[in-house]
Amino acid sequence: MSATPADIAAPLPRPRRRSALAFVKAWPTSVKVGAGIVGVLTLAAIFAPLIAPYGPNAIDPFALLQSPSSQHLFGTDDTGRDVFSRTLYGLRLDIVLCLLVTYVPLPFAVLVGAIAGYFGGWIDQVVSRLADIMISFPFIILVMAIVAIVGPGVEGFLIGVPIAAWALYARLARAEMLVVREQPYMMATTALGYSKTRAILKHGLPNVLRPCLVYSTIDLIGNLILLAGLSYLGFGVQPPTAELGSIIAGGQGYLLTAWWIATLPGLVLVLFGVGIGLIGEGFSDRGLERGGR
Amino acid sequence: MSLLEIEDLRIEFPGEEGQLVAVKGVDLAVEQGEVLGLVGESGSGKSLTCRAVMQMVPEPGAISAGAIRFDGEDVLSLGKSKLRDFRAHSVGMIYQNPFGSLNPTMRVGAQIAETLKVNRGMKRDAAKKEALALLERVGIEDPEHRMRAYPHELSGGMCQRVMIAIATASSPRLMLADEPTTALDVTTQAQILKLLARMRAEEGMAMLLVSHDFGVIAQACDRVAVMYGGHIVETGPVETIYHEPEHPYTRALLNSVPELDSAGNVQRRAALAGHPPELADVIPGCVFAPRCAHAKPECEAVSMKLQELRGDHATACPVRPFAGAGADGGSKAERIEA
Repeated sequence: MSATPADIAAPLPRPRRRSALAFVKAWPTSVKVGAGIVGVLTLAAIFAPLIAPYGPNAIDPFALLQSPSSQHLFGTDDTGRDVFSRTLYGLRLDIVLCLLVTYVPLPFAVLVGAIAGYFGGWIDQVVSRLADIMISFPFIILVMAIVAIVGPGVEGFLIGVPIAAWALYARLARAEMLVVREQPYMMATTALGYSKTRAILKHGLPNVLRPCLVYSTIDLIGNLILLAGLSYLGFGVQPPTAELGSIIAGGQGYLLTAWWIATLPGLVLVLFGVGIGLIGEGFSDRGLERGGR
Repeated sequence: MSLLEIEDLRIEFPGEEGQLVAVKGVDLAVEQGEVLGLVGESGSGKSLTCRAVMQMVPEPGAISAGAIRFDGEDVLSLGKSKLRDFRAHSVGMIYQNPFGSLNPTMRVGAQIAETLKVNRGMKRDAAKKEALALLERVGIEDPEHRMRAYPHELSGGMCQRVMIAIATASSPRLMLADEPTTALDVTTQAQILKLLARMRAEEGMAMLLVSHDFGVIAQACDRVAVMYGGHIVETGPVETIYHEPEHPYTRALLNSVPELDSAGNVQRRAALAGHPPELADVIPGCVFAPRCAHAKPECEAVSMKLQELRGDHATACPVRPFAGAGADGGSKAERIEA
């Protein structure tokens, strides 16, 4: 086939394998800043055993309630534990638990929602009503109820959050699937004789995933704060395990005499939340600019 | 025996006050290797007729009567797996919106290869190779590169070429083309029509080309069926329909196409007054009568069945106000009236 004018005039394909640097450069500024914050904090958390100058539970009876110094960056608490080390370990635990609780149930929730949206009818009715019930339930009360059953510890958080959170993702995926279902490329899967399973998994799911992923970043912050909050209240991670919420709870009584115990870990928690928020916001903005899908 | 035979096809949608009939007893036949154009205004039921062949009438619409036979086999009574087979192997379909018809999250090469893997049972490497060959065949430059492109990185014309590659991957014997060039600019439109004509010559496949554009139809088709208000009002070979249209609607449709005079000025031609009928309108007799300049009282009793004139030419208009007059004589008269 000879080259026709329109073929020549068409833009040449951009190089498909872009360097990692160019990939990062294409991000919106807020995503870059957010990714920077989250990246540094996550690396610090991952390498906590290497970075932390002391163990998370190492007691030093000769250095109680010391203010921040070059020896103890965040000072020490009432039993002489290094707050900086405890913060790093605490952040590590928080990140792991929140990632687990956010991203393990997500694929299932999205799949359930996508199926409901694709087929409609009674399947949709069942899923949507169940989701309504879960969403109308006060979240923290649900988690506390589960804690009351399984006893204090992270189990309540690990079981309770997915039970409540799937409903939101299912709803989002369902709404998105109602739109995607009508797209010509979904019609084309029927015309090509593809099975419904293939149509949903291969052509539907990837196209309903994006809003769910954007929402999951907000959800991740929510879960982080929830976990810290539950631990603060004594329903989550139990002392003496280092966890941001329990560190803050422990330092609360010393706010006037040793402000650093509660304040500095608290700031780290806020910073991490802001970082994730910036990433999510940046990407959802970009999604809007592109005109949706 | 024709490749595709549609007999007395009715498509209905449930409405608040009873059923709405969108397609009211359509008879169509597409011969082996023939290109049949289906032309009409939007809402005339042409796309629905096209989709009905694939049994893809959008919900809550349904085929309420009639028969569709492909190669003598009744399509409407196919079982689930037979129907999937039919869709996968016997008939290909391309659509109006080339961007929307490709999955935005998949590279185009993977989408072509998917068809080959699923419908032709090819292995991964063979499918990749064949996808490359298909892309080349539909005239995409630098196919190795374009294989790895996402649909949004391609132009509309290229997306439509990819779509054609996918639709022809399993060598269907019939191609359903639902306004395949409507969303494209005129030069690309001509290229796509040329490509379809080439595929037809190479593969010997028949085509049902739906369009509202008489220019496209004249360029690509052997035979034309003109649709209005859910009925086929006239059918015949392209030249006959173009030069000696018998039905007043066909004539009005042809006359509404603007033309350039020798000085290059656009000659505005007679636009057809009124609107096409709404789905809920029940018009006794000829559906076109309310807009027809030649309507007579007896038009209210017309059956809308096609009547054979000569050879392959048939019209649903028994009045035949232009009998014997060529297109020019008729259109001049029309223009004076307008």
